[in-house]
Amino acid sequence: MVSALSTIAPLALDVGWGTTLALKTIIVLMIIPAGAIILGYVFLLKMMSHMQSRLGPMDPGGFHGWFQLVGDGIKFLQKEDVMPAESDRRVFAMAPAVVVLSTFLIFAVIPMGPDLVVADLDVGVFYALAVSSLSVVGVLMAGWASANKFALLGALRAAAQLIAYELPLLLAVVGVVLQAGTMSLQGIVYAQRDGDIFGFSGLGEPFIFTQFIGFVLFLVAAQAELTQTPFDMPVAESELVSGYMVEYTGFRFLFFFIGEFGTAFAFAALAATLFLGGWSLPGVTGDWANILGPFVLFAKLMFVAFLMFWVRFTYPRLREDQLQALAWKVLIPLGLVNIVLTGAFKVGF
Amino acid sequence: MSTTGTPTPDLRLDPGALRHLADAQMNVELDTGDMILNLGPQHPATHGTLRLVVRLDGERVISADPVIGYMHRGYEKLSEFRTYPQITTLINRIDWLSSFANEVPFMDGAEQLMGVEAPRRATYIRTVLTELSRIATFLLFLGEMGLQVGALTPAFYGFRDREHILNLIEATTGGRFHPNFNRIGGLKDDLPWGWIAECRDAMKIVFDACDTFENLVLGNEIFAARTRGIGIVPGEVGAEYGMSGSNLRACGVDWDLRRDGRPYLAYPDIDFAVHTHPDGDSFSRYVVRLEETRESARMVLQLLDAMPSGPIMAKVPRIIKVPEGEVWVETENPLGQMGYYVVSKGATGPFRVKIRSASFSNVSILPWLLRGVYVPDVITILGSLYFILGDIDR
Amino acid sequence: MPKLPGLIGGLGVTLKTMLRPAVTVQYPHEKEAPAPRARGVIALKEENCTVCMLCGRQCPDWCIYIEGHKEQRPPRREGGRPRSVSVLDRFDIDYALCMYCGICVEVCPFDALFWSPEYEYSEPRIAELLHDKSRLGEWMESVPEPEPLEVGADPVKKK
Repeated sequence: MVSALSTIAPLALDVGWGTTLALKTIIVLMIIPAGAIILGYVFLLKMMSHMQSRLGPMDPGGFHGWFQLVGDGIKFLQKEDVMPAESDRRVFAMAPAVVVLSTFLIFAVIPMGPDLVVADLDVGVFYALAVSSLSVVGVLMAGWASANKFALLGALRAAAQLIAYELPLLLAVVGVVLQAGTMSLQGIVYAQRDGDIFGFSGLGEPFIFTQFIGFVLFLVAAQAELTQTPFDMPVAESELVSGYMVEYTGFRFLFFFIGEFGTAFAFAALAATLFLGGWSLPGVTGDWANILGPFVLFAKLMFVAFLMFWVRFTYPRLREDQLQALAWKVLIPLGLVNIVLTGAFKVGF
Repeated sequence: MSTTGTPTPDLRLDPGALRHLADAQMNVELDTGDMILNLGPQHPATHGTLRLVVRLDGERVISADPVIGYMHRGYEKLSEFRTYPQITTLINRIDWLSSFANEVPFMDGAEQLMGVEAPRRATYIRTVLTELSRIATFLLFLGEMGLQVGALTPAFYGFRDREHILNLIEATTGGRFHPNFNRIGGLKDDLPWGWIAECRDAMKIVFDACDTFENLVLGNEIFAARTRGIGIVPGEVGAEYGMSGSNLRACGVDWDLRRDGRPYLAYPDIDFAVHTHPDGDSFSRYVVRLEETRESARMVLQLLDAMPSGPIMAKVPRIIKVPEGEVWVETENPLGQMGYYVVSKGATGPFRVKIRSASFSNVSILPWLLRGVYVPDVITILGSLYFILGDIDR
Repeated sequence: MPKLPGLIGGLGVTLKTMLRPAVTVQYPHEKEAPAPRARGVIALKEENCTVCMLCGRQCPDWCIYIEGHKEQRPPRREGGRPRSVSVLDRFDIDYALCMYCGICVEVCPFDALFWSPEYEYSEPRIAELLHDKSRLGEWMESVPEPEPLEVGADPVKKK
């Protein structure tokens, strides 16, 4: 029975590495749009609506409007593809792809089960953070290629924000790496599963308890990386003009949208893996972990995403200079303090 | 650099001399000279069709010129050819969010010219409806001010809680936004059965709504960071520019026509406090309006408790011809001080009506106020001054 | 460093609102009944109308079109003069122009016009917003009974 279950896990199938690679690629490619749609529907359409005392979409698809985003996607696909006359055509076309590319690449290292990971790199965390910064290049490409003064200004502002908040993100993760002793994401999950809290090993040791400062830092920095309120000044330039996406229509704009929610999905998955224990559930081992792992990870990342979107719909936005001051003067020192404390406790205990 | 025959530029000092070389090499599209930005008539940030022509130097505003008139409907000219009840339909639409309050000074003026006095019950109901209009428009302000600084949710709460007030106004006047309820000598109808109890319930909801806004918006540190110290108006400057209402009270000037001007409606009979705030910034304008909403709810409860019985309408002839005369009436409207100068030559309609609207003077401070502020703060300031385009342009 | 309480308090407000039911009324599946006095549509009681044209004259938008003619009716008693009676030929209200101010209903001396809270009469073509005599007469069915007034009001005097 157990061996029969283990044959379900794709990596246990006796096929060549080419087929495995193809399967993994297809799964990752499907997860991002699916994740984007699920997050977009649950949080943006339904949770935001209920927080605002209204219902959100109810008609498309019949049951509480679940079809709304899919219908929106179809609508975007049939729009005219307009490019500004002065724009740099190739860069203009590539920019959305670069933004979405970084999201897909993050998912290559996130483990969904003991064997369910596309590539268990030894420097998994380092790779994930490095690859997520690719989106900055995409934003700059979009702003530059739009041949629009306001788009360029918005893109520069967005790039400045994204770069500034990379550092708190990194410093928060360094604390986790110090505590786990490894940069591999699978290793971090095992460290959380096998650890104990003051001798009690029933729950494992999710790093959220010891790395609470790091968790908060990570969430705040992730909020800024996603340009969500309270850090959405580059995007809410729609007060005056639009952000870097102003010249994009139709399918290309859909890419940005998928990128935004897909990246939210990816960051939530990262946070769940780094701080909440990833796919591990106390008491579940062996093949059941392979089957339940994705669902456990999904539940944990929905919780993290709930926190991120909850903050998004409640707070007003910070002005650009206040936002930068927060990053450089508050969050980075906090991150450094967190590292020092973690190191001290690691050596002491 | 230089070719033979062209003299080498003097590179020793004066940084200004090099600037043109640097610009030429970088092929800059971002000319950091003045950029003119049109916050055009169609814009999500301005409350209606206000056009703000802003000259920017990078992020800072050098000068800002409001261009108004996109919603001018010619009310003063139209009033010359209409009878008094017909003019009520026009002036409802000046400040459409608190439309009952617009009718009051006009009818007060006409009644003064005619020498009639509305019965006590009519005066009390007029006061209740005016304060309800004030609550309705301020609830909207408390919500949309959050929207101007980026929070999406307070706007929905403002609209949701305002529905109760609009339902009350609809139950008695028949219209949610344009009551058209005042007549010379009193009101058109009396209150329907059960209205006073519903009104009391609605005031409970108003108090809860004010607490919600205090928790959600006012207590939020990000909101404070965005509004404190932004758009400071000293009291004297505000008074010189003709600012009035909550804007002026937020600068520390203790002036409220309900208490300090000519006694009108039922205000002499009730107790109420006038709220001021010493800073003149956007934060204090929010605080003052929040407190005034609570104060209005308390006033409504007092008026309901003391509601006299009696007729709704004084004895007036069927065809009303207002005798000759001129009168100036000003009242404390939610947006500020509103006044009507009515000239009558004995016909069924006035000869000339001059409308002094509050937002027209409130907006005149914008060129002075917006110098040197950041662009996002322009939006905050516009939101905090709270003008209605119909009030500016009439 | 921002103090925590204010930020946390805001989160509490949105969470509480999320857990309460939404206030949306899903029109057209659910409908809220408007107040009885709501100004939805104007109904005409033709037998009361004497074609005095007051409503048409007082309308600020001039959206009421009235045409009538005088007819001779037999005298009430023997030997009297024939009475001339005004007969209403055409009474149209153009709801594309009407601003729902109610002046016509108010000035009518013979109680021929009434307000009805009925509001669902939108048309795909603007020309169909001109309601003629028969259609205005049909709205009379939706006119509510005059409702009782609040405590302390003077009783309504019948005109």
